[in-house]
Amino acid sequence: MRQDHLISATQLSRADIEAVLDRAAEIDADPSAWQGRHEGSILGLCFFEPSTRTRMSFDTAMKRLGGRTIDMGAVESSSVKKGETLADTMRVLEGYADALVLRHPSEGSAKMATEFVDVPLINAGDGAGQHPTQTLLDLYTMRQNVGLDDVTVGIMGDLKYGRTVHSLASALTNFDTRQHFVSPESLRLPRSVRYDLHESGAQVREHTALDDVLSELDILYVTRIQRERFPDENEYLKVAGEYQISADDLRAAKDSLTVMHPLPRVDEIAPDVDHTAHATYFEQAHNGVPVRMALLDMLLSEGEDE
Amino acid sequence: MSDIDRELRVSKIRNGTVIDHLAAGHALNVLAILGIDGSGGESVSIGMNVPSDKLAKKDIVKVEDRELSESEVDVLSVISPEATINIVREYDVIEKKRIDRPEYVDGVLACPNRNCITNDEEPIHTRFAVLDDGLRCDYCGEIVREDEVPAHLDVA
Repeated sequence: MRQDHLISATQLSRADIEAVLDRAAEIDADPSAWQGRHEGSILGLCFFEPSTRTRMSFDTAMKRLGGRTIDMGAVESSSVKKGETLADTMRVLEGYADALVLRHPSEGSAKMATEFVDVPLINAGDGAGQHPTQTLLDLYTMRQNVGLDDVTVGIMGDLKYGRTVHSLASALTNFDTRQHFVSPESLRLPRSVRYDLHESGAQVREHTALDDVLSELDILYVTRIQRERFPDENEYLKVAGEYQISADDLRAAKDSLTVMHPLPRVDEIAPDVDHTAHATYFEQAHNGVPVRMALLDMLLSEGEDE
Repeated sequence: MSDIDRELRVSKIRNGTVIDHLAAGHALNVLAILGIDGSGGESVSIGMNVPSDKLAKKDIVKVEDRELSESEVDVLSVISPEATINIVREYDVIEKKRIDRPEYVDGVLACPNRNCITNDEEPIHTRFAVLDDGLRCDYCGEIVREDEVPAHLDVA
């Protein structure tokens, strides 16, 4: 990868993506060969929002490479609580670590942070903006299960605020995919993502009902519709109920359909789907480690003989 | 009444800037871009919906003792690309320039996405990439259509 930072999936070319996925596959095939590769390196985990999977998988990935992590801890106990700007916090933390991982509630925060640091910075989620490392592990999972060319992908749920959706939709334009977006009218893709898809010439269709497209799909990527996106509880219950799937619903799908979810799920995928061959979301979550190991290895090796 | 007579309705200025051939309706937006609300004591003349050869109707703004910064010109170029800027010294136009559409507009506009990092208390200015028909926040990616630009002028 040529860039020092990973801020948005829009910066990734097909070659960039394949380089990370290939490296992740090498790691998956022989994890022990990568132990100690980055001994002595320190990764700074800067999470201004709660995170379980992303934070822990970065932590694990760095440790499996032989490095260590430092964690700024909860925002409540940090200098941010005293009113420090993100710019200042990042300028200080870059002096403590060889690379930084940032999650922050404001869109554009990671992009801004790169203006203040020289060490590699990875965006681990900026508000409703982007979540490119989730996308890399999503693509890794898709490639292992279905492939990335000549596939039909359905992306369902909160397409407006879902950062994993924004990154994934953009990254998929590098491949020969047909993208179907399924959501309530009020949670359609935002104008900026729609613009990028249009500019890339992607094959995109939008639907309000999964039934319209389910039988065509090779991959169904489900995301959570959050209660707080609706002003009214009844409205939420009515809408969210239409975007939940059960094993019974999936009878109309191809036998080979792969169902994915960035997790955490609440009730958008019924537990009975877990026991079907469609369920791939736990495997997907596990892939976070080799993919993040690959990414860290590549960013930390910048300047070496790569 | 001739065009010359109509032009005379807006008095000449001694030193300052004349922003001419503004798309009709944008005179007040130009004052907003310049941060002029009258409280600073500037001498300002405005013509609105003035008949024009180039445009069916145009607006014109004359400001004494004031020149436009690059950022101000950049925003102007987005809301009214046909505008011309004349720099006046001792009643003579010493420089007349058409404005070019820039690649980026720095400052002057606020990002309409309230959750954008540029709306937090951070030590940065807004930066928008100029698209064919609007602007795009360089930080959060939010798109502002051309007709929405005046509503997001970030002026005191």
